[in-house]
Amino acid sequence: MSAETAIRPLGVEAVTRGRIRRTARRGAVVAVLAVLIAAVFATSLMVGRTFYPPADVVAVILGEQVPGASFTVGTLRLPRAVLAVAAGLCFGIGGVTFQTMLRNPLASPDIIGISSGASAAAAFAIVVLSLGRTGVSAVAITAGLAVALLIYALAFRGGVAGTRLILIGIGIAAMLDSLTSYVLSQAAEWDLQEAMRWLTGSLNGSTWTETVPVLLALAVLAPLLLSQARNLSAMQLGDDTASALGVRVERTRVIVIVAAVGLIAFATAAAGPIAFVAFLSGPIAARIVGPGGSLLVPSALVGALLVLVADLAGQYAFGTRFPVGVVTGVLGAPYLVYLIVRTNRAGGSL
Amino acid sequence: MTANHSLEVQDLALGYGDRVVIESLDLAVRPGGITVIVGANACGKSTLLRSMSRLLAPRKGRVVLDGKEVHRTPAKELARTMGLLPQSPIAPEGITVADLVGRGRHPHQGMFTRWSREDDAAVAAALEATHTSDLAERSVDELSGGQRQRVWIAMALAQQTDLLLLDEPTTFLDVSHQVEVLDLLTDLNRERGTTIVMVLHDLNLAARYADQLIALADGRLHAMGEPAQVLTEDSVRAVFGLESRVIPDPTTGRPLMLPLGRHHVLEPSGLAAEN
Ligand SMILES: Nc1ncnc2c1ncn2[C@@H]1O[C@H](COP(=O)(O)OP(=O)(O)OP(=O)(O)O)[C@@H](O)[C@H]1O
Ligand SMILES: [Mg+2]
Repeated sequence: MSAETAIRPLGVEAVTRGRIRRTARRGAVVAVLAVLIAAVFATSLMVGRTFYPPADVVAVILGEQVPGASFTVGTLRLPRAVLAVAAGLCFGIGGVTFQTMLRNPLASPDIIGISSGASAAAAFAIVVLSLGRTGVSAVAITAGLAVALLIYALAFRGGVAGTRLILIGIGIAAMLDSLTSYVLSQAAEWDLQEAMRWLTGSLNGSTWTETVPVLLALAVLAPLLLSQARNLSAMQLGDDTASALGVRVERTRVIVIVAAVGLIAFATAAAGPIAFVAFLSGPIAARIVGPGGSLLVPSALVGALLVLVADLAGQYAFGTRFPVGVVTGVLGAPYLVYLIVRTNRAGGSL
Repeated sequence: MTANHSLEVQDLALGYGDRVVIESLDLAVRPGGITVIVGANACGKSTLLRSMSRLLAPRKGRVVLDGKEVHRTPAKELARTMGLLPQSPIAPEGITVADLVGRGRHPHQGMFTRWSREDDAAVAAALEATHTSDLAERSVDELSGGQRQRVWIAMALAQQTDLLLLDEPTTFLDVSHQVEVLDLLTDLNRERGTTIVMVLHDLNLAARYADQLIALADGRLHAMGEPAQVLTEDSVRAVFGLESRVIPDPTTGRPLMLPLGRHHVLEPSGLAAEN
């Protein structure tokens, strides 16, 4: 035993090299994702019923008046693409936060009812209460937090989380989704587009009015969440170990839940609960980044890319236009089934 | 090399919900020594260690480190002085050994600070000390129970604390690795002056390696002191409800406990006559 290590001692250099190798892979993944997002973002501004060359697009973004392009790109495509990125970032980072904290890929906010809560509340606020933007966001966040609290209270009673939390969450999600359907059916003027937004998520007809609050939420809550990335990584080792490593576990949990629910709720209030983006981003990021290290940033980027690509595909890849949530739903559902089957065989984790 | 820290428990009561686990406990850990806590399953050993390291708030009384209440000490500051290896820590899926051991550096790092050479050096030293350098790039999932246990100890070592609490660090280990881990902890104690507090189930290894032995029973302190004073036939009966013989260990002179089960024991009178 000791003879072995005496022959091949692992020096500090080897430790440093291994660490750099791990970080380098993460860095490369983040860079590639960022480039892909930029590319798809640019594409989604250019293509559509009319094609506008990059020069026109840049001119519009710089605030110049370009006949045709100013309206199509500036008013229709730009806010929509920005919302796609912003909502994707919110769902991606919010989802992986829950999955990491609860050590289970099924525990993402769109599976355990938090997105459904925010969505039902947003639909209610718009259809029944006729609230403005700020009001809708506030109601959505309150509902998201309330659902998080409810699930926490119901599931953590015996100290055993895991499967129970997820089953309770799925039940609550189903209840809230039917509530959304009911609220929508009560709407004075039944609008299918609106209905799709609150049921599966849609970016149709997005304007800056929807987009700006999400950007503000990202600017405030994402840094807050990222400031807890190290603590969250330590908490993956269990509460006891994390606490012994100097993490204030309860405080971290509260900050992280509030920030993640806030991001999810703001994005949902703007674009609806875009199906499965929160759920898929973390596991996809985990697969490409490899084990270890925080997944917050890679997962946020995966989320943004997913929403951008799905929205673009939904608009132009098929004969008819599908809302973005239908496309991500088709991607996510098989993975959900796979995970549930796998979890039934052995306890799953991220 | 390190300052000797004083760790004391004063009139401590602990519990979960309605359940009282420890009623009232006073004890002082020997500074610069190796303290071993023994007691029956579910008597509150892990609960006590958790409270000592600030995880569980006392119902009553306090835990005092160097004159300061630990539950009032900032978490990170405490984590630079005192480390804890819990009984069942969790390894995230797929994490590599080096990465896991590196997590022990958490209290030495700021929110966004970069890894320093010091961090890498601490990780390398911890791997070396636990003979896990060869495993550095392996995934923790695919290690044997004993290898995994040594990796966790390496993580605790990477934290580089003057005080180290370990909850059953020898579970899953075969006898030679048990001795190796205990020797390693003794080296750490002798060479760096690390004060060690650990829970062990093997009374004979406890008596051999402890400078101070603490026996808990029914949420109370049963005995505390030199192993020879604490490990007696009477205390084994009181703490574990087990009849035993305690003889001097011919190799160390420390007490050696031989359990008397209901089977296989030669004439009880014959044994008694030897004494
Ligand atoms: N998180 C918890 N919530 C509720 N009760 C708990 C919790 N942890 C431990 N207990 C209870 O407290 C009592 C003491 O548990 P503890 O883990 O401290 O025992 P222990 O002496 O370490 O036992 P072992 O030798 O089996 O590790 C037990 O009755 C246990 O069921
Ligand atoms: Mg225990």
